[in-house]
Amino acid sequence: MKRHLISAADLSRDDALLILDTADELAKISDRSIKKLPTLRGRTVVNLFFEDSTRTRISFEAAAKRLSADVINFSAKGSSVSKGESLKDTALTLEAMGADAVVIRHSASGAPHRLAGWVRGSVVNAGDGTHEHPTQALLDAFTMRRRLGPLDGRRVTIVGDVLHSRVARSNVLLLSTLGAEVTLVAPPTLLPVNVGSWPCEVSYDLDAMLPKSDVVMMLRVQRERMNAAFFPTEREYSRRYGLDRDRVARMHDDAIVMHPGPMNRGMEIAAEVADSPRSTIVEQVANGVTTRMAVLYLLLGGADLGGEIRQ
Amino acid sequence: MSEQRSTVVKGARILGGEPADILIRDGIIEEVGQGLTGDETIDARGLIALPGLVDLHTHLREPGREDAETVETGTRAAALGGYTAVHAMANTDPVADTAGVVEQVWRLGQEAGHCDVRPVGAVTVGLEGERLAELGAMADSAARVRVFSDDGKCVSDAVLMRRALEYVKAFDGVIAQHAQEPRLTAGAQMNEGAVSGRLGLTGWPAVAEEAIIARDCLLAAHVGSRLHVCHVSTAGSVEIIRWAKSKGWDVTAEVTPHHLLLTDDLVEDSPVGAYNPIYKVNPPLRTRADVEALRLALADGTIDCVATDHAPHPVEDKETEWSAAAMGMIGLETALSVVHEAMVETGLLDWSGVAERMSYAPARIGRLAGHGRPVEAGAPANITLYDASARAGVDPSAFASRSRNTPYEGRTLPGRVVATLLRGRPTVLDGKLV
Repeated sequence: MKRHLISAADLSRDDALLILDTADELAKISDRSIKKLPTLRGRTVVNLFFEDSTRTRISFEAAAKRLSADVINFSAKGSSVSKGESLKDTALTLEAMGADAVVIRHSASGAPHRLAGWVRGSVVNAGDGTHEHPTQALLDAFTMRRRLGPLDGRRVTIVGDVLHSRVARSNVLLLSTLGAEVTLVAPPTLLPVNVGSWPCEVSYDLDAMLPKSDVVMMLRVQRERMNAAFFPTEREYSRRYGLDRDRVARMHDDAIVMHPGPMNRGMEIAAEVADSPRSTIVEQVANGVTTRMAVLYLLLGGADLGGEIRQ
Repeated sequence: MSEQRSTVVKGARILGGEPADILIRDGIIEEVGQGLTGDETIDARGLIALPGLVDLHTHLREPGREDAETVETGTRAAALGGYTAVHAMANTDPVADTAGVVEQVWRLGQEAGHCDVRPVGAVTVGLEGERLAELGAMADSAARVRVFSDDGKCVSDAVLMRRALEYVKAFDGVIAQHAQEPRLTAGAQMNEGAVSGRLGLTGWPAVAEEAIIARDCLLAAHVGSRLHVCHVSTAGSVEIIRWAKSKGWDVTAEVTPHHLLLTDDLVEDSPVGAYNPIYKVNPPLRTRADVEALRLALADGTIDCVATDHAPHPVEDKETEWSAAAMGMIGLETALSVVHEAMVETGLLDWSGVAERMSYAPARIGRLAGHGRPVEAGAPANITLYDASARAGVDPSAFASRSRNTPYEGRTLPGRVVATLLRGRPTVLDGKLV
């Protein structure tokens, strides 16, 4: 594996499977009363969050703590960043503190790439702008695999604001690496102009895709898109691209519904769909901790996992 | 009173031709021939003699951003790049939108003395795109402004653009348009295409440039005015300009060296890492197909000239995440080498073509007297001596520019400016400032 996890494209098929298999092993300890492993004792993981994301931050924090790492949470608010300190100066500060891994969330696409040029530790991308969110894709793949088995040949339909979605980019890359067949469904305004060059299919017709899908993943529609002429009204978007009960009825029995959260209930997904047995939304959150443990464990070169779990 | 001392440039290959001697007296080329002698001699054996280069598009940053560049440092860079005249863009602080500011810049250029500085005047007050600046006052000032531009911003209001085009006819001015439709480029970060889609950077569509160029060509034709298009960057823009010229309309265009060489995939994959803002520039780097179209257009004259768009920025404005970084690249000290690689080594231009595109045409467009004249008897002795056989890695630490934001660091480029003569006076000798 590479030293950093910045893009899902950094992962070979073997890398991705190793992370998922490791997460499977680690999931076993999540069921124990004592959930902690000593693996990363003495190592420092910094959560560097320039964007509010309590969900992702606590997921990484829980993952690092269960591996016994020291965790430093550095959020932009109340720090020197709000006084105008540059990303580079922040990076050099973390470097001086001896961070072994930096988990970064940033509103600018590519910020983790820049950070990786300024620190020696491993950089884990926890979401950068409208670029990527590779650990989300890993936890999604982990969730799919637990429900459906191996992903080769599985049909995954990703629906919504692909243009601005880091989740979609990472999922397309990772799922194609894992052999799944991905179709993106969105109004044409919310697809990148050259999406035809991506390793997936594209459709404007959600209804046509539903019966063929093993997974339907709904993306969040950001409020600010609603006033920028990407689509006429919320109501029309919901009618054409929202997942409601009638649409779910056209999916086959074992097919699942996913959403990276946070959801706009009633917009891209109906409440009853989000809360149905097909929905993996709560599992995704739990699996996030396990998958991120696997990522930190492997990037920071943890010792023999089997031995530790048996102890 | 004794006669002026004379200088003879020995054995220079004028425009790459046979070696000849160039005798200079009193700032004027007195004679071109064989076996000439003078009080002083510059050995130019093996070197190509070009007319002093003229840049239509330079950001000298003074007044206001002297941390990035000054007239002094920028014109030193220009001389080292073989330039004898540069047009200083108006987007300074304060903006060059009054006779006072343009005269200040002009005077700073005179005092520096490394090359002639011709200020560009802003089209609109404060570059705000709302009302015309006093274009006539700038034209009548000591700076004798003939090129007007809101560069950095587009004169997007069609009525204002029409009026500006019409108004400057009274003093033979030209509007140099930065063609960028603002609504189509809100928040834009890089060329909209396959790379921007993968990188999740807001796209800067080619149509945002092309739509303005098409509109402006039609406006210029309608009012019978002169339009100059700054930094053309797309194949579509080339087609529109070719069409406008075929109609006989008075439209000229420039291309930057970087748009002749670099492409948008460098943002994703380069030796300096992905998302490195050293490649962030306005207009953005485009695709290989655009680069090919621009080269052919420069070769066939659809694009009239090369202009550097030398845009210095301090380190802290580039060592950031991509979206926070300033747009622009420096280019004065590498322009001739880049054109050499992109146009001469590819067989698209010979050295007389380079002279046309980098000296005669920009001087003509800028109505700049005393520059852009052939290296021949009777012309002002503005001469660049160039060693076309040299080849070296680009070393930013050796630049005279105050800034270091070159996209060519570590790259090997052909050629080297050995000497620059401004009205017979060397500003550069042996590749060093005099």
